Amino acid sequence: METDAIVVQDVSKSFKLPHEKQGSVKSTFINIFKSKKGYEKQVVLRNVSFKVKSGEFFGIVGRNGSGKSTLLKLLAGIYSPNEGALQVNGRLTPFIELGVGFNPELTGKENVFLNGALLGFDRKQMEKMYDSIVSFAELERFMDQKLKNYSSGMQVRLAFSIAIRAESDILLIDEVLAVGDAAFQRKCFDYFMKIKKDKHTLVLVTHDMGAVRRYCDRAIMIDKGRIVSSGSPEKVAQAYQRLFSSESEASSTETNTTAKRWGNKKMIATKTKALISEESIAVTVKYEAMQDIGSPILGFQILGPSGDNIVEGNTMREKIITKPMKKGQKAEITWRIPNIMGSGKYEVSVASCDESTTEFYDWYNGAASFIINKDNETAAVVDPKIQISYHKI
Amino acid sequence: MKHIFSKKNRALLSELVRTDFKIRYQGSILGYAWSLLKPLLLFVILYIVFVKFLKLGSGIPNYPIYLLLGIVMWSFFAEMTGLGMGSIVGRGDLIRKIRIPRWIIVLSSSITALINLFLNLLIVFVFLLINSVDITISILLLPFALFQLYLFSLGVSLILATAFVKYRDVTHIWDVVLQALFYLTPILYPLSIITRTSFQKILLISPIASTIQNARYATVTKETMTIGQVFSNQWVNMIPILITVITLTIGILYFKKESKDFAENL
Repeated sequence: METDAIVVQDVSKSFKLPHEKQGSVKSTFINIFKSKKGYEKQVVLRNVSFKVKSGEFFGIVGRNGSGKSTLLKLLAGIYSPNEGALQVNGRLTPFIELGVGFNPELTGKENVFLNGALLGFDRKQMEKMYDSIVSFAELERFMDQKLKNYSSGMQVRLAFSIAIRAESDILLIDEVLAVGDAAFQRKCFDYFMKIKKDKHTLVLVTHDMGAVRRYCDRAIMIDKGRIVSSGSPEKVAQAYQRLFSSESEASSTETNTTAKRWGNKKMIATKTKALISEESIAVTVKYEAMQDIGSPILGFQILGPSGDNIVEGNTMREKIITKPMKKGQKAEITWRIPNIMGSGKYEVSVASCDESTTEFYDWYNGAASFIINKDNETAAVVDPKIQISYHKI
Repeated sequence: MKHIFSKKNRALLSELVRTDFKIRYQGSILGYAWSLLKPLLLFVILYIVFVKFLKLGSGIPNYPIYLLLGIVMWSFFAEMTGLGMGSIVGRGDLIRKIRIPRWIIVLSSSITALINLFLNLLIVFVFLLINSVDITISILLLPFALFQLYLFSLGVSLILATAFVKYRDVTHIWDVVLQALFYLTPILYPLSIITRTSFQKILLISPIASTIQNARYATVTKETMTIGQVFSNQWVNMIPILITVITLTIGILYFKKESKDFAENL
């Protein structure tokens, strides 16, 4: 199965941006006579090359306007590249967004057939699938109503139920996870797990680093039209977060809470280890004082799969008094919490500061990370043992 | 090329045409009946003005039907090119978000116009029967005339649809051109009203005029001037056909060249 589903080689794409709205014959003529180009060339992608293996979940991240959606449109065949070549092995979903071609003036049912045709199904095939599409979307009562009377959530549900019928080997998805409520996201998750099991390839364009960490096997980050980071989702997600921190660093150098690691380095965390057992999670941090310091306050934080702060603690809050340290002295601290986490990838941040919390020695985001893999899958972040008492009254 | 009419493309085409029709008569009480009513009402007006008031076409048997057939074919040309021109821009949402063959969109608008043409021709045939016009073997020429007009309209549609993506003035220019073509085509007046044969010849070179005259010859009356009658040379017959082929070829090539950039130019 080590074949390449997508091969992108030295692809460049630029758009002609008119200086002013040029869409008229007159202005074209005027520009011809002035022998001046009425547009400037904006390079959106420069020499982009990457491969996506068959069966792989591949993430593309980047800031707004970095060129990632353009790249997806190139993959989908909606745009054609100026230079370079794209090769796609296998059937590709033709759409990059849900509900493309939905017409608000048509009924839900008519839209199902129209959307089905856009995915390449004829009426007979659609009639066979129709009932299961409707029941999956849970919209049985609404199918003869016009789409414009649907709520946006209902539209997304309908679009999603049709889209997952597409018989394709390679899926291209642009930010679908951003829409929909928790139940919808759950359905997305189940669907992704299913296509992963079926060895389909998925290319996901997103801003959501949680989604990248959760779903992707590999990722790239695009900035200003170039691939600036590629590799494991963790590496790329961190690069993405650094992208924003390096931007804000220019404005404020003192306390920067988004930077990966900052502080005055009077004391540093030399080693962070997370030990996971069924019952507990233990985070052990080794510190070394680089200068003579007073009693430090040590802290830790665990970030969940979507980057939320789930657990945090520090020695001050727990009323633990640490001892002053001389240069070169070492200390070790272990934080132990019950393992109530749901499946997913977690990141550990560790920190140290002085007694009065005015001087930060070392704040280290992502000092360690760990993966929880539980059988009883849940979409919730925490998965504690639940005691249930149920009886008739 | 063999994939052009694959099952997928046919399904998509039929679904797009269905949508066009549904949207067109959305919220109207008479709905599809308007497709028949519109040419009928237009015919009543033109009949009163041109046959009763101006007394045109007195030398032509069944002039009212002659008139109607001309109007129906002209309306087809005007509608198809109008729909075709706006088709790509109008479906910009699809083109920017999904990979489907772009020509299907122009083709679907042409089929919408074609369906209207056939509905209108039904009315023409009803009148032919009411007036007990002799239908002769020459009616077999009608499909050829219609097919030629369709191909010419398709060529024009492709050119207009492509140009409209970049130049939005095309719609205003085309309005004027359509007006001019309407008066330069013997639709309301019989060609015999023009006394100079050189002008008759010039007018008949247009594929619209020549197909309308051929269709009238085939169905309504032999007392009409087809291109073969006006020119003594039979080979001149080929000029409108040649224009049709050239227009269609230019249309296809231009559309093909530009269509890969539609998504970014829209």
